[in-house]
Amino acid sequence: MNEFPDAPMVARRTILKGAVAGSLAGLGLGAFPWPAFADADAKEWPADAFKVKSEADALKALYGKSAEASDKVSLDAPEIAENGAVVPIAVASTLPGVTGIAILVLENPNVLAAAYKIPAGTEASVSNRLKMAKTSKVVAVVESGGKLYSATKEVKVTVGGCGG
Amino acid sequence: MAGTIRVRATTSGDTTEVQSLIRHPMDSGFVKDSKGQTIPAHHIEVVQFEHGGKTVFTALWGPAVSKDPYLKFSFKGGKAGDDLKVSWVDNKGTSDSLMAKIQ
Repeated sequence: MNEFPDAPMVARRTILKGAVAGSLAGLGLGAFPWPAFADADAKEWPADAFKVKSEADALKALYGKSAEASDKVSLDAPEIAENGAVVPIAVASTLPGVTGIAILVLENPNVLAAAYKIPAGTEASVSNRLKMAKTSKVVAVVESGGKLYSATKEVKVTVGGCGG
Repeated sequence: MAGTIRVRATTSGDTTEVQSLIRHPMDSGFVKDSKGQTIPAHHIEVVQFEHGGKTVFTALWGPAVSKDPYLKFSFKGGKAGDDLKVSWVDNKGTSDSLMAKIQ
């Protein structure tokens, strides 16, 4: 329901993202009692990056550049993953001004598994659980100061994570 | 989907550690069921965490993230009693969100 007759008809999601707290409270959107917060937006999802088959293509699609190896990126992954459907992987970095972290599993059908946006004030570390189809190199990429740095580790998988 | 998100956010000093567990099948689209039919991809695409009116973390997930995905990260500036909002949207447009209190 449009409380601002002069405003253009905009999609509900755009109203939320526009996020002027007072106007949201007046719009009577009963499902959203938290006017200052917006919701996860599917438009942020980098569809192309999740389709590609090579590390280079994934990094180009996500960041527009390629990565150099760095010992300031730490990749914590098991030597042997007993269950390829749930492999605990953590990435952290001591590099300054980290803005993004991406994790690739090179032998998966699509190499990019997950990417994270790190705003200022958030630590450069993430722990997650990924599926691995089979034994594969896992690459952790960190975006810092506009450049990409990576660390690689091979993880052996005994039972593949794609339902095999 | 409602009630899919569980969050624990604890502050120590000036750092808040957030752990979240989201109930979601995260079907990759590569698995066939017992009849040989491919189960279509159904996975979370974006997870967003907000504190103090700003985004503190965004996860962009593909089908290779495990079922019932777990996530842990930390940020600065939170304190006990503050609100932390977690929301997600998947490839079918389904979404859920939760407002949690930082401890």
